[in-house]
Amino acid sequence: MKFFFFHLMPYAALDPDYDKQHNSAWVTLPNTYYDPKIGHQLYNRYLDEMEYADELGWDGICVNEHHQTAYGLMPIPGVMAGALARRTKQAKIAVLGRALPLLNNPLTVAEEFAMLDNITGGRLIAGFVRGIGAEYHAWGANPAESHDRFHEAHDLIIQAWTQPGPSKFEGKHYHFEYVNCWPRPYQQPHPPVWIPSQGSRETIEWASHPSRKYTYLQTFSPVSALARFVKMYHEAAARYGYQATNEQIGWSMPAYAAETDEIARREAKPHVEFFLNKLLRMPQEMLLPPGYLSLASMQGILAAKKGISVGPRTMDDVIEQGIFLCGSAKTICERLEKYQQEIGFGHVLPQMQFGTMPHELVRKNTEIFAKEIIPYFRAKSAANPTADKARRETGLVK
Amino acid sequence: MPGEERFETIAGCRIRLLRGGKGAPLLYLHGAGGGGIWFPFMEKLAGHFEVLAPEHPGFGASETPEWLDNVGDLAYFYLDFIEKLGLKNVTLVGSSLGGWTAAEIAVRSCAPLKTLVLSCAAGIHVKGVAKGDLFLWSPEQTVRNMYFDQKFADQILAQPLNEEQQMAAAKNRLTTAKLAWQPRLYNPHLHKWLHRISAPTLILWGDSDKVIPPAYGPAYQALVPGSRLEVFKDCGHIPQVEKMEAWTDRIIRFAAETGR
Repeated sequence: MKFFFFHLMPYAALDPDYDKQHNSAWVTLPNTYYDPKIGHQLYNRYLDEMEYADELGWDGICVNEHHQTAYGLMPIPGVMAGALARRTKQAKIAVLGRALPLLNNPLTVAEEFAMLDNITGGRLIAGFVRGIGAEYHAWGANPAESHDRFHEAHDLIIQAWTQPGPSKFEGKHYHFEYVNCWPRPYQQPHPPVWIPSQGSRETIEWASHPSRKYTYLQTFSPVSALARFVKMYHEAAARYGYQATNEQIGWSMPAYAAETDEIARREAKPHVEFFLNKLLRMPQEMLLPPGYLSLASMQGILAAKKGISVGPRTMDDVIEQGIFLCGSAKTICERLEKYQQEIGFGHVLPQMQFGTMPHELVRKNTEIFAKEIIPYFRAKSAANPTADKARRETGLVK
Repeated sequence: MPGEERFETIAGCRIRLLRGGKGAPLLYLHGAGGGGIWFPFMEKLAGHFEVLAPEHPGFGASETPEWLDNVGDLAYFYLDFIEKLGLKNVTLVGSSLGGWTAAEIAVRSCAPLKTLVLSCAAGIHVKGVAKGDLFLWSPEQTVRNMYFDQKFADQILAQPLNEEQQMAAAKNRLTTAKLAWQPRLYNPHLHKWLHRISAPTLILWGDSDKVIPPAYGPAYQALVPGSRLEVFKDCGHIPQVEKMEAWTDRIIRFAAETGR
């Protein structure tokens, strides 16, 4: 199991009373709430935290993309990945991702990722997403074209990386006479592709296709949802006639480790609740613009009478549902080990800073993972390199 | 008497059509909220016209065709529709998104039209005059922002949608987004060709329209040669409901006066 340090880089200094006047931390929250002097400190502090993870031997570090929000300050994640490319030495750098449908020209991503891959000598992991619904409001991109544009942009980028240039690309949304990516990616045929998702059958069937076999990342979901979608991935792979491996599955969740369970909960509580109730706050119309979900998925939501979560959430809720991993190193090892045995995943992407969590606690969290949790799983996998195969043979996975 | 419901297949797309009344044809093109309902204003117009109220491709019970990408596609679809049904001397009435569609039809051809009526029509952009953000309003805000007199909104909100209606609403929203998300509710090229409209044109607006603000009325009037503008006082985006008597009277009189 590989461990990737995930940072959202929130605007942690956000006035918590903003929601008395504004209904969201996204899109319409005035940027006068942002103080560039504080932002300068936060960016550099967050980069330090990611570089520290590299020093401590984490397998990778992850950045991602969100627009016009206090939730995360990385509208152009390639800037952060570029800053990290030279200061880190061994960790993989995962950009999770670029939101492809927002782009007028997806070749910018082919170029940007190829540059990062060259600079780092092949440490780049390429994440492709559709972005969350709010991005379509922020960027004016048409959500009704989101699925189509995602697939076409993906095909264009892979073509740019794998076909000798210049080649032609003839799509509905993108059309190019000369696809000729300089530089070519360092990793051949191209960097590993990861697909973060909140879970959808369409995405899983696409990602697991034998021509792709992309790593599917379940993000910020109850552990029951993780189990359901991982099973779906294995079933899809089986229908395609192959066995999916744990390498094809990842799980991302906020996580906090401290000396004891009690200390961990006490220290994490205000920060995780700020994350849940202040930074994630948005109305349903912002989260789900028309077309973001297919009509079939919308019908599923209506049929299940499932609303999108409303009202304040507590730390206890998210620990209970397995959305948030919190406790002593021992507790976290036990949880992860249990889930890994039951569900199976090869990549864990803990979000190590959330909400208002200050630097000292992020460092402590990072250290406990690096010194007590990661080595535990490394020792186990060294002792039993075929665990994944054995698990399949016991019938847990077809 | 409600309109008769039937289905027509045009350009490979099966759509629902409500039809009622006797007289010269009046083709009513609905807005983003969708069609499929025989409204009182249609009943009133049906006393003077044969009213045809199709549900647009991509809306409600109509199919979503592969070819539907923009309002220009809808315009060509309706030119086919008019031809296939053999309609002549059509009074073409469009509301909001349907008004935009009607304008796109008219710049392509006024040959089958007797008159054109644009009611709170989308389709153009007036710099500095923001339209309402239909896509960010909650369902309740959306209903409230359609009307000046909130008793109309209260009546609608008192009847929650059933699951089938919710699915139709989701489908209508999806097609509206496809056609009008970006650029928002207009075609940047339409204004250049509105001078081609030769059919007598009546432009109707609500003075308190929160979706397409009243400043768009004079802007349309300036672009469509010889057009007439009438603005209803204390009226929102749906004058055909909120000022039903006045709105239908204007159309009936305009069609009678301006026959050609």
